[in-house]
Amino acid sequence: MEGDEDKDNLSSVKHIVVVLSGKGGVGKSTVTVQLALSLRQAGKKVGILDIDLCGPSIPRMLNLQTKDVHQCDAGWVPVYADRERTIALMSIGFLLENVNDAVVWRGPKKTALIKQFISSVAWGELDYLIIDTPPGTSDEHLAMVEGLQRYSIDGALLVTTPQAVSTGDVRREITFCRKTGLRILGIVENMSGFVCPHCEECSNVFSKGGGEELAKVCGVRFLGCIPLDPHLSHSLEEGRDFIEEFPQSAAFSAFKQLAQAVERGPP
Amino acid sequence: MARGLPKQRPIPGVKQIIAVASGKGGVGKSTTAVNLALGLAAVCKNSTVGLLDADVYGPSIPKLMNLRGSPEVTTENQMRPLMNYGISCMSMGFLIEESAPVVWRGLMVMSAVEKLLRQVAWGNLDYLIIDMPPGTGDVQLSITQSIPVSGSVIVTTPQDLALIDARRGAEMFKKVNVPVLGLVQNMSVFRCPKCHHETHIFGEDGAQQLALDLDVEILGDIPLHLNIREKSDKGQPVVVSDPESPEAIAYLRVAARVIERLPTPTD
Repeated sequence: MEGDEDKDNLSSVKHIVVVLSGKGGVGKSTVTVQLALSLRQAGKKVGILDIDLCGPSIPRMLNLQTKDVHQCDAGWVPVYADRERTIALMSIGFLLENVNDAVVWRGPKKTALIKQFISSVAWGELDYLIIDTPPGTSDEHLAMVEGLQRYSIDGALLVTTPQAVSTGDVRREITFCRKTGLRILGIVENMSGFVCPHCEECSNVFSKGGGEELAKVCGVRFLGCIPLDPHLSHSLEEGRDFIEEFPQSAAFSAFKQLAQAVERGPP
Repeated sequence: MARGLPKQRPIPGVKQIIAVASGKGGVGKSTTAVNLALGLAAVCKNSTVGLLDADVYGPSIPKLMNLRGSPEVTTENQMRPLMNYGISCMSMGFLIEESAPVVWRGLMVMSAVEKLLRQVAWGNLDYLIIDMPPGTGDVQLSITQSIPVSGSVIVTTPQDLALIDARRGAEMFKKVNVPVLGLVQNMSVFRCPKCHHETHIFGEDGAQQLALDLDVEILGDIPLHLNIREKSDKGQPVVVSDPESPEAIAYLRVAARVIERLPTPTD
């Protein structure tokens, strides 16, 4: 007879944080990874669950795109970013034959896989499990909320860029959180300004303040602005640890602040 | 009951359908779709152009086209598209409240998309541009299986993370036999408004290799310019509000190239 269905793979996970947006391309995966790296620097053990089935970016951001996953009694063994096992990752990227294959699935198949991801990854002991989501409010998000029903989630981190088309979508995501009973930790405004490396003039390429305004209007915490930083984009492309390599950058202190806010917990 | 793929049926009166897609969120599909629609109308004088916002979860077209309100329903129970700048538009955004999320599973989404395709009084259109949502899932499949899409334009930014998803998007179109007309490399370079120093915030020329691999051309390089975002936020697309600007000219060039590459209609 098949063994313990009750083997609870999330039982030793202390905190669960979900990173949402509503809008695509605002930096959910980037924020997820930098948050994980910042928490790691603060001595925490972190797991990342990447449920963006159509566009899994995280393996590449951690330079793990060539890795495979293995099975054990309790399910999948996550892929570790380092020997000390301080960062663990599970993503559909590891299950594809070719890491750049397209996943062209309808809802029910996605729902089934996400529920499996939630219950069948042998995380072991973690201080934080951060869940990176795709844009929108669809099957993947519903599956995640349903799958995590019996666990206590610290809350959702909402990522936006400052401009109106982004904040509009994120507003919807806030409503989604409220409807599904998902606590909101706060909003972070990404790609907030670009400082020219040549003359230091700050240009608000994607506008400024939209995230803070949205937080005010919706009564949620504003967790800060993260500027556009070519070093950051470059580090992500190469799967390097931005937090280790660029501690002087403005983006670094923004992420450090964000990690501290997450550690403080829900308001 | 016969089960199988839905039959592909054209939309009466609509000559050519162009999908603007990416795979990756936030690369500028909607901005490109809007400016491409206006570009086609400008390049092909006297042509009629429609714009369908198929991003059910994050509809940006109402904001970008400065349109609002509930569509009227004709005596034949069809929704009348809303018009601005000479372009007929339909979007989920017109059918729901601004802050309301669309928390639907795949099946419901399919039904909504079907309505947006077939229950709209488009009239006679030379071109219908479809702004696709990010990803490679239900909506993309429903659309490409339901109507004959003449060709697709894939939008990407130069960075690898976007290109990987763009490749997945292209693969998806290949699977459903929709020709890829070319790539648009968006946010290609940022020029500081003060000192004119150029920074490739999102990497440099990444799309070249992808274009070679897919055997398609780059239809245009759109710079990262405050103007585009400022005008977008105001609902005044740059092609109509600033037609002499380099950004607008870049979009017009894309439109011209799309026309060159569209397969000649068979009927």
